[in-house]
This record gives sequence, C-alpha cells and structure tokens, in this order.
Amino acid sequence: MRRNYVRAVGTAALAALAMVAAAGCQDAGSGTAGGGDKCGGKIAIFGAFTGANSGLVLPSLNGAKLAVKQHNEKNPDCQVKLEEFDTTGDPAQATPVANRVAQDQSFLAVIGGHFSGETKATMQTYEAAGMVMVSPSATAPELTQQDNKAFHRVVGNDLTQGAAAATYIKNTLKGQKVFVIDDATTYGQGIAGETKKGLGPLVAASDKVQTGQSNFDATISKIKSAQADTVVYAGYTNEAAPLLKQLRAAGVQAKFLGFDGIYSPEFASGAGAAAEGAIITCPCLPASEAGGTFSADYEKEFGEAPGSYGAEGYDGAVVLLEGIKAGKNTRQGLLEWVDSYDKQGVSKYIKFDETGDVDKSKVVIWAYEVKGGQITAQQEIKLS
Amino acid sequence: MNFDELFGHLGQHTVDGLAKGAIYALVALGYTLVYGVLKLINFAHSEVFMVGTFAVMGTWALLGATDGPSFGMVVLLVVAGLAAGALASGATAVAVERIAYRRLRRMNAPPLIFLITAIGLSLVLAEAFGLWQGRIVKGMPDVVRHDIWLTIGNTEISNRQIITVVAALGMMFALDRFINGTRYGRGVRAVAQNPDTAALMGVNQDRVIMLIFLLGGLLAGAAALLWSIRYGITKFDIGFLVGLKAFTAAVLGGIGNLRGALVGGLLLGVVEVYSATLTSSSWEDVAAFVVLVVVLLFRPTGLLGESLGRARA
Amino acid sequence: MTDILRKVNDSRQRVTGGIGERWRALPRWQRWLGFAAFVAFLYYLPYLGIPGLVWLRTDYISNGTNWASVLFICAVYVLVAIGLNVVVGLAGLLDLGYVGFFAVGAYSVALFGSANSPVVHMIQAQFGMPKGWAVAWAVCIPLALVLTMISGVILGWPTLRLRGDYLAIVTLGFGEIIRIVARNSEWAGAAQGINGIPGPQGAPSPDNHIFGLLDAKPWYWLALTVVLVMVFAVRRLENSRVGRAWLAIREDEDAAAVMGVHGFKFKLWAFAIGAALGGISGLLFASRQGFVEPLGFNAQLSILFVAMVVVGGSGNMAGVALGAFLLAYLPERFRDFNNVRVLVFGLALVLVMLLRPQGLIPSRRRARELKDRAEEAPVNVA
Repeated sequence: MRRNYVRAVGTAALAALAMVAAAGCQDAGSGTAGGGDKCGGKIAIFGAFTGANSGLVLPSLNGAKLAVKQHNEKNPDCQVKLEEFDTTGDPAQATPVANRVAQDQSFLAVIGGHFSGETKATMQTYEAAGMVMVSPSATAPELTQQDNKAFHRVVGNDLTQGAAAATYIKNTLKGQKVFVIDDATTYGQGIAGETKKGLGPLVAASDKVQTGQSNFDATISKIKSAQADTVVYAGYTNEAAPLLKQLRAAGVQAKFLGFDGIYSPEFASGAGAAAEGAIITCPCLPASEAGGTFSADYEKEFGEAPGSYGAEGYDGAVVLLEGIKAGKNTRQGLLEWVDSYDKQGVSKYIKFDETGDVDKSKVVIWAYEVKGGQITAQQEIKLS
Repeated sequence: MNFDELFGHLGQHTVDGLAKGAIYALVALGYTLVYGVLKLINFAHSEVFMVGTFAVMGTWALLGATDGPSFGMVVLLVVAGLAAGALASGATAVAVERIAYRRLRRMNAPPLIFLITAIGLSLVLAEAFGLWQGRIVKGMPDVVRHDIWLTIGNTEISNRQIITVVAALGMMFALDRFINGTRYGRGVRAVAQNPDTAALMGVNQDRVIMLIFLLGGLLAGAAALLWSIRYGITKFDIGFLVGLKAFTAAVLGGIGNLRGALVGGLLLGVVEVYSATLTSSSWEDVAAFVVLVVVLLFRPTGLLGESLGRARA
Repeated sequence: MTDILRKVNDSRQRVTGGIGERWRALPRWQRWLGFAAFVAFLYYLPYLGIPGLVWLRTDYISNGTNWASVLFICAVYVLVAIGLNVVVGLAGLLDLGYVGFFAVGAYSVALFGSANSPVVHMIQAQFGMPKGWAVAWAVCIPLALVLTMISGVILGWPTLRLRGDYLAIVTLGFGEIIRIVARNSEWAGAAQGINGIPGPQGAPSPDNHIFGLLDAKPWYWLALTVVLVMVFAVRRLENSRVGRAWLAIREDEDAAAVMGVHGFKFKLWAFAIGAALGGISGLLFASRQGFVEPLGFNAQLSILFVAMVVVGGSGNMAGVALGAFLLAYLPERFRDFNNVRVLVFGLALVLVMLLRPQGLIPSRRRARELKDRAEEAPVNVA
C-alpha cells in the first residue's frame, strides 16, 4: 500500500515538474536584438583557423583582427567585437556556425567564408537572415552566379585567376604540354576548368585526385607518359605538397604551378626542397605592395609579414567597420552600406557590382615563387 | 575510359602497380597473421604503420639526414630507419594487444566488441599523433635519390621500386621460413588451427599471440621505412587508407594465408594503378572497394584459399 | 586500479542498479503517465530555462551552437540509432556502412527536391518543366523510403550469406562506394554537393516562416515526432513474429533454421527496415541543412553510428537513444575542447568496451549473453 502511494506521488511529481518547467519557459538562446542608438556591435568571422589548410586563412584572420583593433583604439565610443568561429574549411562545420550566427541578432555582419565550399553551403542561411557576407578569399565563380544578395568578396574570382594563370603559362613559362590536375572540390574543379579553357590545345592531359590522398603514383605515371613540361595543380596544400614531393622524387623536372589554395608556409615545408621554383598565383597582393602602413602595422602586431590574403582580410573588416562607425548598426543598414561602398582599400579599390564581385578592372593577380623555402613575390600578371 | 594510355604503357603501369602493392603486402601480413590466429580484424594495425613512419621521420631528423646523402650515410639511414620503424611499430602492436585485446579475450567477448575496441584504439592513436605532431603534411628528406636502374622497352624501373619489391619479397620469404620452419612458427600454426588442443600440447597461447602481434608490427615498421623512402611524407591520418587497402589485399589473397597477402597486395596495387589510368585517380579507392566486395561475394576464402591453419566457414 | 573501478561500479550499482526492475514493476498506468511526462519534457526542451539546468544548453558557452539545432541533430541521430539497432541489436548483423543509407536518404531529397540538382535539371529539360520546378518535399519522403529500401535489399542480398566480420567489412566497403560514387559523379553534384534542398515549406528562402533556415525549433519538433512514431513502430515489430525471428537468428542461426526460421529472409527484412529508418533520418537532416556534400557521409560517421548503438546498449531502444543523444550532444556542449574531441571519443569507445561491453543501458538479454560468454571462456586463457 505504501509502495503504491510512493509511486503515485513520484509520477505525479514528475508530471508536475514538467508542467512547471513548461510554465516557466524561457528561451535564452536568441540573444539581444541589435539596433538602437548605440554605436558598435559584433562581427563574426569564420574559416579554417585550425587544421591542415589553416596556413591560408590565418593571415586573413589576423588582418581582420588588426583592423578591428585599430578601429577600437580610434573609436572608444564605438566598440566592435570580432568573434571567431573555426570551421577547418569544412562545409559541414560551417553550417551550424551559420545557423548560430544568423539566429543571434547581436551579430551585424560576417567576414567569410574563406573557402568556396563552406561559403556555398552557408550563403543562403546568411541571406535569409539579412546579413552581409564579405569574403576575403572565396574565389569560386559560381558563388556570384546564384543571385545571392548577401555575398560579397574583396578578391578577384577564379575566372580571372584561371585566365591569368593560363596567360602566365603561355607567356612566361612558355609551356607546350601542360598537365592539369584538380582535387574534385568546388574550388579546385572550378579553377582547373578556367585554366584549361585559357590554355586550349596546350593541355596535354588531365587528372583528378581526391582530398586526403597521400600517394600519387598513378597521376605521376600519367604525367610521365604525357611527357608534360608543366604541371598545374588546382587544390589545397594538403595534397599539393606530397604530390610535388613525389613528382620531383620520381625525376619529373616539369615546372609546377599552383593557385592560391597552396599559398601557405606548410606547402614549402611539406614539399621540402621539391617546392623550389614552384609558382603560385594569387588574387592577393604581396605585403610590399599593400597600401598605407598596413604591412608595417601587421608586422608590428604579429611579428611577421602578412601572408596570403592578409590585406584582403583587413580590407573586408574595414568595409564593415566604417559602416558601423557611420552609424549603421542594423543588418539591413550594413548590407546597404557594403552594396554602395566606393573607396580605396589597402589591397585594391573596393567597389562591388550587383553580383557581389569587385570591379573587374581593379582585380590584381600576382605570381609568387618559392625561393629558399619562402614564398616570394615575382611579378604581377597582367590580364589583357 | 582511356585504353590507349593503359595499353600504350602497360609495362610501366604494371611496374608502378607492383611497387605500390608491395607496401600494401607488408602491411597486409600484419592483418592476416592476427586474423588467421584470432579471427580478429585488427583495425589498429593501420595506426601501427603510421607510428612507424613517424619513428622513421624522427630518426632521420635526429641523424641529420638531408637530400641525397653519401652512400655510407644512406646505408646508415636505412638501417637506423628500419630499426626505429620496426621497434616503434612492434612496440605499439604489442601494447595494443596487452592493454586491450587480452582483456577482451579473457572476457570471451563477441566479435563486435573487439571490432569497436579496435576502432577506438585506432582513433586514439591517430588523434594523439595529430595533436602531438600537428595535422599538416610532414615532409621527409629524399634519402634514396631517384635513379633509373633498369629500362625494358619504354618501361623505366627506378631504384626505389626495385628496393621496395625486393625488400617486401625478402621479408615475406623470411616470415614464411619462420612460420613453417621454426618451433615458434609451429606454435603459431597450432594455435591458429585449434587453440584448445594447442594448449593441451603445451603451447603457451598468450605468448604465441604476443608473438604474432610483434611480427605484424615489425613488418608494418619495415613497410613504414619503405613508404618513407618512396613517398617521403607522412601525416597523422595516413593510416586509414593504407590500412584499408592492405586489409583488402589480405582478404583478396585469402585472409590467414601469408602468401595470399603477398599476392593480394601486389594484385591490388596493379588494379589500382590500372583503374586510375583508365579513369582518373579519384576512382582509385572505389576500385579497391569494389574488388573487396566482389571477392567477398564470390570467393570469400580469397584467391589462394586456405588459411594459416583453419579453413574459414 | 581495477579494484578502485570495481568499488566505484558497486556504489553506482547501488544507486542506479535495479531502476529498470523497479520501473517495470510499476503498474501500467503509472508507466504511461511517466512516459507522457517525459515526452512533454522533450517537446519543452528547446525552451530549457529551469534554473540549475540551463548550463546543459549548448549555447551556454560563448560560441556555442544554437540549442534547438543541436537538439534537432540529436533527434536525427536517435532515429539513426534506432534504425541501426534493428540491424545490429535485434538481428545481430554487423553493419559498418550504415552511413550509406543515411546518404541515400539525404541525396534522394537533394537530387529530386532541389531546383539546383543536376537530376532535376535533366527532368526539366526532358519534360519541359519551368526553371524553378522540383519534386515536392512531401513526395520526396516516399521516394526516399523506396530508394533506401531498394538499396538495403541490393546491399543485403549478396552479402547476408556472409558471417560476422566479413559482413562488417563488406558493408564498410559499400558505404565508401556510395560516398565516392556521389563524389565523382556529375549527376550527383560531384564534390561540391547540392544546395537549395527544400523543407516542408519548399525551397529555402527568407519567406519560410515555420520551417525556415533560422529557427530550428519546428524542425526539432518534427524530428521528435518522427522519432516517437518510429519508436512505437519498432517496439511493435520487436514483439511480433518478425522480432522473435530476429532474436532466434541472433542467438543461433543454425538452431533457428532447424526450427523453421528462414534466416536469410528475416535478415533481409532487418536490413530493409534499418535502411528505411536511416533514409528518413537522412532526409530530415538534408532538409534542415539545405545542403549535402559527399564528404559529410564518410566512414567516420558510420563508426559513430555503430558506436552510438554499442555504447548505448545494443538491443535496447532506450539505451541506443541515450547513446545517440550523448554522442551528438557532448561534442557540442564541450566545443571548447574541439581539438581533442575525436581523441576523447576513441578513449570513450575503448573504455566502455573494456569495462562495460553491454552498453550504458543494456538490453537484459544482451547483458546475459555477454555474462554467459564470459563464464564460458576457456580455462587456459587466464
């Protein structure tokens, strides 16, 4: 009898608890709404800050941090907070980040994505939230072909980069038989396609590898039988470094050209001596060419020269910071501000067209060379 | 399907495939030994291989290896690398058995539990190295400079390829002699055939099991050295694909069958290179998996059939 | 060392041991009431504001993921675990390629429901449909079910003759084949994947008010409802002739055959039903995310699924649900330790297998099986 009584009370208590909890309902997840009269706000930045390909993205993050720091020092009554979200470049990790940021009304804008894959996965979420995206390095052409109002990039896209690489191969490297490899990602496939278009009949053969691959016997075998004098790799450091190393180890002397996906210190260290003489194209400016005191400031702050996309990350942040300073503290306001932005940045003149690309005539593509284990600027590739 | 490419350079692609497969064969031996005796798929073996590559890299760095050293230095580096790799891999394999598998055997755990534990260990080892060494590609110096030693028609065979295949064959032969010629080898075969009877005959099961793990580890360490010579890179997650391919090779040849591991490894390497030539390298892995599935469906005992001691049901 | 662990386990046993017994001893109406209260609590969960429990929320930490989104993923994974439990726990088949069915479900809604998919483009060209047309979301559901069940049968037919470990490896291989084919095929979107996957209200757009891109609560409630319906359905299945046949096959296939239970047919049914559940969860997942890519359906996810079932308690639905919830929730709640996440997962797997192989909430039958096996261990393995 007493046992039943205890049980009855127990279950009733459970049910009561559930009802009390429901009554005291409280959704603590959506954060405070932005807006109001106070100047300042939060900007999110996402990208591969850790992981195998982080060397490409960290300079951009640092550039953005520098911009925010400088802004906060100059504007004590308009403080901006930059919050970092690491995605390791993986679209699957970028998606929950996008949901989080989009739902939290205290985030006014987002700098990102840094890789094309994660950008493609999250563009629609940010657009639905009415946020503006300013990307320092997502270069796949299809990103601006999807009628997305949110996406803007302060960098040239792969249409220009691919065409520039083709021009460089034809004029400077004087390649006759070009072997083009891509890694079957959004980025790699896109830019390889553009380069092949530009090269036309000079392409001797091509191959696809996969991300995560570590031995490239079959590809190298094909390169040898095609007797290529130039090898073009469209992809990231994680695969490019072992590929180049094994290529040289197999005795292939062909010139090697890669794109901005391998512009990172890990490429030179991973491939070792084999990386010597490799060419890397990038729609990013060398540190020495960047406008203003950017390079000096960056070096003072982080102890090293800005790497790939450092200046672009800085510019992306500055565009948003100036908007916040001008009193735009809503998402809609910032979006309109960015759409109508028309000013010189440290990497290039920044003005966006209706699709989100920077003015094509302002895009710069540079060729870099690996010398002595360091990536040094070689020349600007003129696009005509 | 690019048939011209394949048939135009058939010799070259075959040689490339054989050299690639030789490394798979050495790693496959570890899987096949353990499976033949314990009926256990040792998922952690792929990480045993990975540890070996890092040991080789570390030893070479310690000895100050550079690209293309003198002959004496090459010999030193190869021997030291082999010792380091074999020791590290062997130690890892034995540790895995001692810490995890022995306890599970005491509990007479069902195969699924063994499998999950093995996977867990594999993850722990890979992640530990990822955290310790970083998740980027680690380059190693070119210890054995590339050189063409043999040219048959339009097929060029390099020194590295010859070293790899010869070394693999040599180790296979040595292992075969060991299993079939020595007292310990008899013990291994006895336990593989029937553990209880072997125990009745006076064979110490635990010691035999430790021995096969050690042997598998040593061979994986040798494979790690050969890998380092041929490819010159390593990464914390290198084990997964290599392990999976090696396991496929073991199954292909007849799991539990040592010669089968060799045949399976070489064959798999050739199949991979052929399929990559016909289509593109991104289909390479599918070829391996399709081979695995087809073999298991139509000939589950593998090409060479009989196992170490016991025929698979 | 083992002594300390044993003492800890004993004190834990005193507290939690026997809960199952006491629960089952309650009269039926009380159990129903308790269950109803629990279900109500689950629906309330996104609003979790009970002081003292708020720290459980994943957005309690500064850059934590949205709580309702995490709950949605938990619900999807619970569904996966229940499906895999049918295959692994009830029928006793080692399936390491379950992610393949998850992927087929996700890709079904992606390939047919998204206006950006190559397959839809082909259909548009063939039948002259307008540019933004795609198969309606509601139609994608039976489509996904059919496709996954067919793939389950295709996978199962040749492979179910194999035993134990071989089956595990073949299923692993199949899972990888599906992923790589999706990655390499243009018609499946290749490595870039497919975006623009619709939800119940249609293609992702700012106009979707309930099932939109931002608020995850309605998605969670939808997933939760599906989970509850499926739990009920599988429960009925477990206690039916089919369930008993699975039990017989799991314990001893030859004896079952002697008793007239056709092993192959029932194993195939297990595969198909498990595949269907996997497909539904894949569909829900893809609809919410709005985007699929092959890299997300890799072998590691398959292993995570199996781990959920085995660590939770293979054969026991409450157990696998708990396993799924923990394995989806813990990495998000402790996002600060993202770097060591996989390491901790591996360690957890090994420790649970060594110390408590029957799982967290074991099926009584399974716990008994393991205990019997341990007692049967040959004497000389000591």
